[in-house]
Amino acid sequence: MQIGLDIGSTTIKCVVLDENGSITYKSYERHFSHIVEKAAEVLQRLSDELLHGAPAKLSISGSAGMGLAQASGVPFVQEVFATRVAAGRYAPDADVIIELGGEDAKILFLTGGTEVRMNGSCAGGTGAFIDQMATLLKMTPDEMDAAARTAEKTYTIASRCGVFAKSDIQPLLNQGARTGDVAASIFGAVVNQTIAGLAQGRVIGGNVLYLGGPLTFLPQLRKSFDKALGVTGACPDNSLYYVALGAALYSDKELDLADVARRLTDYSATATYAFNPPLFANEAEYEAFRARHAKACVPRKPFAPGCGPVHIGIDAGSTTVKAAVINEDDELLFTSYQPNSGNPIPIIRQLLLDIYRACPGVSVASVTATGYGEDIVKSAFGVDYGVVETVAHFTAAKHFMPDVDFVIDIGGQDMKCFKIEHGAISNIFLNEACSSGCGSFLQTFAEALGYTVPEFAKLALFADRPVDLGSRCTVFMNSSVKQAQKDGASIENISAGLAVSVVKNALYKVIRASSPDELGKKIVVQGGTFYNEAVLRAFEQEMGVEVIRPDIAGLMGAYGAALYGQNKARREGRAHSGLLDEAALDAFTHEVKTAQCGLCGNHCQLTVNLFSGGKRYISGNRCDRPVTHRSAENPLNLYDYKLHLLEGYRPAEHAPRGTIGLPMALNMYELFPFWHAFFTKLGFAVLHSGASSRALYLEGQSTIPSDTVCYPAKLVHGHIRRLADMHPDAIFYPCMTYNVDEGHGDNCYNCPVVAYYPEVIAANCRELTGTRFIYDYVGIHRRRDFPKKMTAILRKYWPDITHGEVQAAADAAYDEYAAHMAQLRARGAEVIAKARSEHRQIIVLAGRPYHVDPEVNHGIAQLICSHGAAVVTEDSISHLVGKVETSVLNQWTYHARLYAAARYIADQPDMNLVQLVSFGCGVDAITTDETHEILQAEGKLYTQLKIDEIANLGAVNIRLRSLFAAIEAQE
Amino acid sequence: MERLITYPKFTKEMKATHKILIPNMAPIHFAMMADAMRDEGYDVEVLGSSGHEVAQEGLKYVHNDTCYPALLVIGQFINALKSGQYDLSRTALLITQTGGGCRASNYIHLLRKALVKAGFPQVPVASLNFSGLEKDSGFQLTLPLVRKVIAAVFYGDELMCLANQTRPYENEPGSADRLVERWTKEVARQFDKGRGFSKRDMAKNFAAIAADFAALPITWAPKVKVGVVGEIYVKYSPLGNNELEKFLHKEDCEVNLPGLMGFVQYCIENTSETIRLYGGNGAVALGAKTLMAWLTAREKLMIEAIRQYPQFHAPTLFLETKKMADGVIGYGNKMGEGWLLTAEMIELQRTGFENIVCAQPFGCLPNHICGKGMINKIRAIYPAANITPIDYDPSATRVNQENRIKLMLSVARERLDQNNKSQRGGTPAPLYGEIETPSTVTLPRPAAVPAPAHT
Repeated sequence: MQIGLDIGSTTIKCVVLDENGSITYKSYERHFSHIVEKAAEVLQRLSDELLHGAPAKLSISGSAGMGLAQASGVPFVQEVFATRVAAGRYAPDADVIIELGGEDAKILFLTGGTEVRMNGSCAGGTGAFIDQMATLLKMTPDEMDAAARTAEKTYTIASRCGVFAKSDIQPLLNQGARTGDVAASIFGAVVNQTIAGLAQGRVIGGNVLYLGGPLTFLPQLRKSFDKALGVTGACPDNSLYYVALGAALYSDKELDLADVARRLTDYSATATYAFNPPLFANEAEYEAFRARHAKACVPRKPFAPGCGPVHIGIDAGSTTVKAAVINEDDELLFTSYQPNSGNPIPIIRQLLLDIYRACPGVSVASVTATGYGEDIVKSAFGVDYGVVETVAHFTAAKHFMPDVDFVIDIGGQDMKCFKIEHGAISNIFLNEACSSGCGSFLQTFAEALGYTVPEFAKLALFADRPVDLGSRCTVFMNSSVKQAQKDGASIENISAGLAVSVVKNALYKVIRASSPDELGKKIVVQGGTFYNEAVLRAFEQEMGVEVIRPDIAGLMGAYGAALYGQNKARREGRAHSGLLDEAALDAFTHEVKTAQCGLCGNHCQLTVNLFSGGKRYISGNRCDRPVTHRSAENPLNLYDYKLHLLEGYRPAEHAPRGTIGLPMALNMYELFPFWHAFFTKLGFAVLHSGASSRALYLEGQSTIPSDTVCYPAKLVHGHIRRLADMHPDAIFYPCMTYNVDEGHGDNCYNCPVVAYYPEVIAANCRELTGTRFIYDYVGIHRRRDFPKKMTAILRKYWPDITHGEVQAAADAAYDEYAAHMAQLRARGAEVIAKARSEHRQIIVLAGRPYHVDPEVNHGIAQLICSHGAAVVTEDSISHLVGKVETSVLNQWTYHARLYAAARYIADQPDMNLVQLVSFGCGVDAITTDETHEILQAEGKLYTQLKIDEIANLGAVNIRLRSLFAAIEAQE
Repeated sequence: MERLITYPKFTKEMKATHKILIPNMAPIHFAMMADAMRDEGYDVEVLGSSGHEVAQEGLKYVHNDTCYPALLVIGQFINALKSGQYDLSRTALLITQTGGGCRASNYIHLLRKALVKAGFPQVPVASLNFSGLEKDSGFQLTLPLVRKVIAAVFYGDELMCLANQTRPYENEPGSADRLVERWTKEVARQFDKGRGFSKRDMAKNFAAIAADFAALPITWAPKVKVGVVGEIYVKYSPLGNNELEKFLHKEDCEVNLPGLMGFVQYCIENTSETIRLYGGNGAVALGAKTLMAWLTAREKLMIEAIRQYPQFHAPTLFLETKKMADGVIGYGNKMGEGWLLTAEMIELQRTGFENIVCAQPFGCLPNHICGKGMINKIRAIYPAANITPIDYDPSATRVNQENRIKLMLSVARERLDQNNKSQRGGTPAPLYGEIETPSTVTLPRPAAVPAPAHT
């Protein structure tokens, strides 16, 4: 008998084969992370019931099986390899196998050159991801599948990793998108993730086999794959058991299973892992800690007739809805804290009705909304004021500690920290999309392990050796936790370890602090996550300071909003809120429709909410156009102008040498004028690949070899695909180690990706076969040498080209480039002058030339303009200062501009800088800190916006609004 | 307000007063390089610290999205300074700086920032570079020092190469490592006496090292052969790559890490290539060429010494390895490991090491291009190529990395069982000018292209 055990990240599968290779027994069970125990149990059962103590051939496979196999002396078979072995036996006709597991995604190409691939260190788009998303939708995966069947449309959801996708999905839900549509969009994201991550240029076609849990249980997911690949794949019998089958087929070592089970049990007792010191040394320490924190509380009064006029604060957060009702003396009358179940509107309606009913005849003086759902809540219920979350939290924190100088709020999905200087927010830190190891993260883990959040937190308190889990994103954390479990860490120690990692994430990834002095001395911690005493303790321990945690830590947004409204109503002399009355709330209706905006190239997916009384709320838009129908052309937006300048370059009509195509991506956003003039002068009609879009990205995604490269680079693949379809006589995309030398830095490098991406294109884009693709190394930084070197390059392709021609073309190119930059700078000066005459704030939206691409910046420039500010670029002002002294090596042309722009705005009181950072930009790990330091030394605010495929601007908007609020407060 | 940017310089006087700490990268090489520096009057210590405190310190003081090697190296320094083992007023740090367009040129600046944050603003940092950066430093590469360091790198390469070919087959476990240790001491002893770095001494030592390894008793059996390429720090440093060499050894593989001198030669070649591509000072190009010839002469001595023993697989001459990249990647690709990494992968394909681990820090910019970006193209030319890229970072779990390596090894093992043609020493490397290179490489056009997935 041959036995295969497949120990995956969420399940254990077991198959027993008889002498003829037919299956005599199989089992599929979730192990709820009790991996060692469960494996031992399965083996013991087999030994007792099936083998009756006789030995059998056994091997172990699966992502969680490796360490166990080693420890128990059982041969290990790598799981992808096992799948291949099984496919050879049970599905010999298959061409390609797609297998999704708990945390792994695999593609096996079986014909035409065998290749096996599995996802890298990023585990987005797998079973764990689907489970996470289902939790978010408050559904089981099966229900999600059923919902997806009813989908009418799909939304764009970032497919890279669970955390990214979550920040796309949550706002969709908050804005009232249909769950069926969202479910289908999630499956679409999984499909895209698999193709983008694993196809790497190979064609998925022929007989496609779907294996593994998600693909077995979710027919809609299979359909999604079918649709994207243009195939009809099959899910064969035993699709859950291929890995186990392969392991069984591969087994050749006879073992006593009961023996193995024993060794496994022994192993769990001896394994070790890296750990942190315990949270509390003893019970007494814990009691003292509790007593200290019990002191920070708000006075409460009964909510009953006669309580006087009240102010209501509503915090419609990402995962919860919170409300606080206060009287004129800041006393708390009523609170509410509940999950928003994906749609805040009915919950808030009920909440408001509860308030009316709890205190009949109550006089509501003001209602203020804050949080993700602020806008929709405002338009639905006649709320008086809206306040940006950061300000609401600061207002509340001030109430507990008037001289507070640092506030950290860890909520369900956001982490907000801000420093306060001179009574105003001076520096804001929000978590990036990649590090939201916040409340919902702990919740997901607690639930996955079968605990409620409070139970889970309690476990942590007296853990003796909290696991050291590092400080990275959820997906990495998943595998770290699994690893720790295998190494024998108890649930207690894992819970404590997760608490510590949330804190480390906040401190070292979000705030980037290295000592308590940096944060300040008066710290208020808040947000629901700090109810978790383990997190609170870990924070104090890690920072070595005692902090204040208000008893209403989870309601601070709502409480702050109420205080804000109270203050504002007093100043405005408002006595009565415009809130819908009880009758109107009773009759309240809410309907959701979806539409796509066609007013510009962004093609925003709009969600239209219709409320009773004909009120309407549109979300998903990046600009005001679908709401106000005003033109998008904004004379105060230099990003628009930059794009507009590029659109002006058309192919020449007289082109004796034919057509040449340039991809409009990366550095071409700046150098297109140069090359356009150059090749036009040489007698070519110069084409470019047009505007980027999501569709363009998807067209090229199957040829991306490295899934961790930045989004602007990934887009190049789509542009090349478009260009190839235009069939120009040649495509020109040169490698450029060096950029133009503007004398602002110690050198004039491009970053490695910009410099050499053409090599990646040449090596991976098969559609270029048969096309003349010119990607030689070109140096425009040496103007004197350029014509000669370029002549030699071009003569390889067009032997008739002369040095004289190239010289003339080069002159034209350098002139055109200079003229283009001059035009840009002149327009920049105009924008600044116009903004000043209108007393507007000016935001330097600093990035790289390619950040002007709307598919890359997601319309952030428009969003800033919609707040009434003007937007200029870093390259329109960088020439105004000389070389800036930096504490890092200033060696990249684009980044030198960034430092110069930061330096320039020092003595410009109405200018502030917002830096755009593409996810995965290694160079920006250096530039962001340096820019921050330059601005800080000048007493300026620093704001960083991290962007990727993510299309949702909710978090970006909070950051921008906080910035404007801070600017206002500073004034 | 203008920011004042000042930091303590490593002055000439400090040579007498300060202990210099060096991060460890390639253990064999760095031990001998440290000996070379000691002979020149520097009091140096190579840091051996490891464990998760190192990464934790790094995460605390360096931007977390910075590459993993920076986190580790800086973490290692700060960990050492905090240990209390060193007199902080008499301790300096030494870090290498390549001066290329990669982030690595900025490590020294990140280190200085981190030192201030960690409360060690007084500790000076010296730069070890060949690019003329930090000219005002008191740490200068004098000619005798350079000659010794170069000799140390060659010896390190030879010892690493032969030990890797012996260790999997040795009859007495640990015998190869003991030989490495013995020779490390012997080289230090020679340096101390002012010997061991002339061309003649090197020839003698190269031959003696090869003879010693050839004399170790072994039992040969076919084993999976794995080449390791990648970002330089992660490629060599056990701290950076979770003891990759050890892991592969445990998996019963023969490992081949292309030598460290290749990277030095690559940097020199880039000087000439840059001038060839974009124009520039001819005298500089000539200088680079002369230096290259000088190194090649010594490299050939080493290769010849190994070639005396046909059971050994001698490294390919650097300039031949370079040629192999022709038509695959441009020689202008010079950031990070650039074209050298691609060339090494091809060299491995052609010398019997089809199985490759391509190791890099998570998000390594140059490796998007010259590592992961080239694998498809290499596979189009060498269909047997079995390459797995592995990312390293503070939170990537070892088990995930090892699982992916095991997948690569499963395929390798299956092939080994199938054709069992593996031979001792592998496919002999061609030596001088024996190599034909494909001038152009085209990828097969796909029969059908999948419809893009629209969401």
